[in-house]
Amino acid sequence: MKKKFWLLLAALLTLTLVLAACGGGNKDEGKKSSGKKEINLVIPSEPPSLHPGLATDTTSSAILDNVFEGLMTRKDGEIVNALAEDYTISDDQLTYTFKLRDAKWSNGDPVTAHDFEYAWKWVLNPENASEYASILYPIKNAEAYNKGEAKADDVGVKAEDDKTLVVTLDQPTPYFLELTAFKTYYPVNKNVAEKNPKWYTEAGEDYVTNGPFLLDSWNHNKDITLKKNPDYWDADNVALEKVNITMVESEQTATTMFDNGEIDFLGSPFQTVSLDAIDQYKKEGILNIEDYAAIYWYKFNTTDEILKNKNIRKALALAIDRQGLIDNVTKGEQKPALGMVPAAIKGFEKDRGYFKDNDVEEAKKALEQGMKELGISKPEDINIKISFNTSEAHSAIAQFIQENWRKNLGINATLDNSEWQVYLDKLSNLDYQVGRLGWIADYNDAYSFLEQFDSADNGNNDTGWENPEYTKLLREANKQTDEEKRLELLKQAEAIIMEEFPVAPIYYYTSLYVAKDHVKNMKPDNLGNIYLKYVEVE
Amino acid sequence: MLKYIIKRIIHILIALFLIVTATFFLMKAAPGNPFANERDFPPEIEANLNAKYGLDNPWYIQYKDYLINTLKFDFGESMKYKERSTNDIIAEGFPVSLALGLEAMLIAVGLGILFGIIAALYHNRFPDYIATTIAVLGISVPSFVLAGLMQYFISLKLGLFPVAGWNGFKYTVLPALAIALTHAGYIAKLVRSSMLEENHSEYVKLARAKGLGKWTIVFKHTLRNALMPVITYLGPLTAGVVTGSFIIEQIFAIPGLGRHFVQSITNRDYTVIMGTTVFYAIILMFAVLIVDILYTIIDPRIKLKGGGRK
Repeated sequence: MKKKFWLLLAALLTLTLVLAACGGGNKDEGKKSSGKKEINLVIPSEPPSLHPGLATDTTSSAILDNVFEGLMTRKDGEIVNALAEDYTISDDQLTYTFKLRDAKWSNGDPVTAHDFEYAWKWVLNPENASEYASILYPIKNAEAYNKGEAKADDVGVKAEDDKTLVVTLDQPTPYFLELTAFKTYYPVNKNVAEKNPKWYTEAGEDYVTNGPFLLDSWNHNKDITLKKNPDYWDADNVALEKVNITMVESEQTATTMFDNGEIDFLGSPFQTVSLDAIDQYKKEGILNIEDYAAIYWYKFNTTDEILKNKNIRKALALAIDRQGLIDNVTKGEQKPALGMVPAAIKGFEKDRGYFKDNDVEEAKKALEQGMKELGISKPEDINIKISFNTSEAHSAIAQFIQENWRKNLGINATLDNSEWQVYLDKLSNLDYQVGRLGWIADYNDAYSFLEQFDSADNGNNDTGWENPEYTKLLREANKQTDEEKRLELLKQAEAIIMEEFPVAPIYYYTSLYVAKDHVKNMKPDNLGNIYLKYVEVE
Repeated sequence: MLKYIIKRIIHILIALFLIVTATFFLMKAAPGNPFANERDFPPEIEANLNAKYGLDNPWYIQYKDYLINTLKFDFGESMKYKERSTNDIIAEGFPVSLALGLEAMLIAVGLGILFGIIAALYHNRFPDYIATTIAVLGISVPSFVLAGLMQYFISLKLGLFPVAGWNGFKYTVLPALAIALTHAGYIAKLVRSSMLEENHSEYVKLARAKGLGKWTIVFKHTLRNALMPVITYLGPLTAGVVTGSFIIEQIFAIPGLGRHFVQSITNRDYTVIMGTTVFYAIILMFAVLIVDILYTIIDPRIKLKGGGRK
C-alpha cells in the first residue's frame, strides 16, 4: 500500500515539473528586446479616454503625448516648436498667428489649421461635455461658448488658410504657448472624426494621429503597443521603433517586473516607484529624483466656525513638522512646501521666506491670538476633523499631522476618511474642516497654482476663501506683458495667501524613477510628462 | 424534471428582478457621483454629462430605464471609460476570467480530491498530517499573500514564470495556482471528512470483506458518494471563480472581469455596476441550478420534484 502512495507523490512531482518546464524561455524574452529599438513599460490602468479633448488623467496623457502633437511641444522642460514652424505674437499679446509646417496625419492627410480649429471648438462645444474645456478659456469667447452663451463662430480661433491659424485671446496670457503643448490643444483629424464620432475608442484605421508614434494596438485593460510613425515630420530624430505598454495596476507587481527585467522603466506616469522599493533602489544607487511642479496641501474650510479665524489657520499651518513628515512618513525625497508654488516652476526656484517649517513658537502665538478672537479659553476645546480620501499614505500623513497639532498646540484632531468620489463631493460642498488635496501644474506657470483662489466661486477653490486684493493682483498679472513685473505681482499675490492660510502647503512632490542601464534620455520633465520621442535605447 | 427546471427558471427571474431593484436603490443611496473630478468643470458641463447618461431624470424614470435595459441586456455606456459599452467590457473581460477560472477549478478539484483521498486513506497517519497541513495552509493563507510570494520566489528568484501579464499559457500558471490553492484546501477537507464517513458504511465494509484493494474501493465505491458535498460546493465556486478575482487580477495584471466589480463601484460607474451585478447573478444562479441537476445524475437516490408536492 505504501508503494502506491509514493507512486502518486512521484506523479504529482512530475506534473509540477512539466508545468514548470512550460514556463521556460521567459528570461530570454527580456533580453531580446534590448537588441531592437524597443522598450517595455507599464501604466497603472486602462486609459479612460484616448481622445485628446476628453482625457483628464495622467495615464491617458502618457499615451496621448506620444501619439499626438500640438503646435508646440516640450523638450527638457522648455517649450519648442512642433507643428507650428513659426509664430508671431501681436504687440498687445492678444493675437497669436501660427504658421504650420508640412506634416501628415497617419492616414496620409495633411495636418491643416482647420484641424486645430475643429478640435478646439469641439472641446468647447458644450454638447461634448469635455471636462477639461476650461483650459481653453484664455481664448476669446471660449468660456462663453462653452457655457452656451456664445456661438462657435465667436470663438477666437480661425484657420485663415490651410497653413495659418490665428488665435485671439481674451487678455494677454504669457503662458499661452505653454498651453498649446497641452493635450487638450492637440489637433484632431476633422474628416475622420466627423465621419466616425467614435474614432477614438479602438486602435485601427480611424485612430488617426500626427505624433512621433502610432497607436499600433490597444487591447482594453491589457496592453497598448506604439510603433514609430515613419511619416512624422521629425522621424529622423525618433530612436524607438516600438513601445510595449502593459497595464499593471499593482505597484508591487510593477516593482517585481522591473527587478525581473520585464520592464525597462518605472516612474510616473509609467506606474510609480512604490514606497517599499525606494530604499532598495537608493541602496543600489539607481533611484533618480527630479523636481515636479506639484504640491500636496491641506485645504481649510474658511466658512467653518473655528477655521474662519486666520490666526487659528496660521497656527495649524505653522505647527506642522514637514521635514519630519518627509523623513519618517512619505520618504519620497519630497521638499517641504513653504509657499504655494513649487520650486520646479520658473521664477520660484528660491524660497520666498513666508514662514519657517515647524515654527512652534510663532504657531503658539497665533493660536493664542486666535483663541482670544474666538473666545475660546483652552486649546483642548478646539476639535478639528482632518478629512482625506481612503488610502494608507494619506492616512499616515494625517496621523503624523494630528500628532504635531496635539503635541505642539494641544489641539485635538480626529481623522475622517471617505471614498474618492464621495470625498470630492464633500470638498466642493464645503462639508469638511481640513482636507488634503494634491495639485499638479498643467502648464509651467505659477498661475496654475494661484488661479484657483481668485474667487470663492472658483470650482477648484474648495475653501470658501477670497480676498479682493489677491484677486486684483492676479488680474493685473494677467494683463502685465513684462515678464519680470508679472512674476513680482504673482509673488505679491502668493504672499497674501501665505498670510491668511486658506491652505497649509505640506510638501512639493518629486518625480522618482528608475531605468535600466540601456535606456537613455528617459525622464519626466518638471510637469511630470515623458516624451518618448527623445528616448534612446542601446 | 422539466417542470422543476421551468419552476427554477421562474425563481431565477424573480430573484434577478429583486437584485436589479436592490442594486439600483443601493447605488442611488450611496453618496458620491461618477463625474466628481479633482479638477472642477463648470456646472453647465456637468448638466450635459448628466443629461447624456440620463441621470437628470427623476428616479422612477431611471429605474424604469434600468429595468428595460436589463431585459434587453443592454446596460449602456460606461461613465468612466468614454464610449465603451458595458456589454463590451463584459464581453472582453469574461472570456479571460473564464479561461483562468476553469484552469484554477481544474487544479483546485484535482488537488483537492487527491489530498482528500490521501488524508482519508491514511487517516491519522503521516500522509494525513501532511495533506491536512497543506489544506489548512491553503485555506488560511490569503491568495494575495500567496500571489506575492509566488511572484517573488517562482518568478523573480527562479525565473520559471513571468511576473505578470496575459500572453499565453505560461502567464496563467501562477494566477491559477493562487486562486486554486484556497479552494483545493476546502475541497480536500470536504473529501476527507465525507470519505471517512463513507468508510464506516456497510457497503464499504462489504467491499473490504470481499478483499478488494484500498484504491479499488475508493474509485469504484466510496468516492462517488463522498463527492456529494464537493458538488454542492462547486456551484457557487464556479460562479465565483469564472467571473474573476479582483485581487488576483490586480496583482497579476490580468484583463479579466473581476476588477470591474470593485472598480465600477469606487468609480460610481452606474452602468457598469448594474451590468456586472446582473451578469454575476445570472451566472451564480444557473451554476446552482446545474449543480442541482448534477445531483440526480451522480446520485440516483435524489429526485428533483416539480411544482405540486411539497
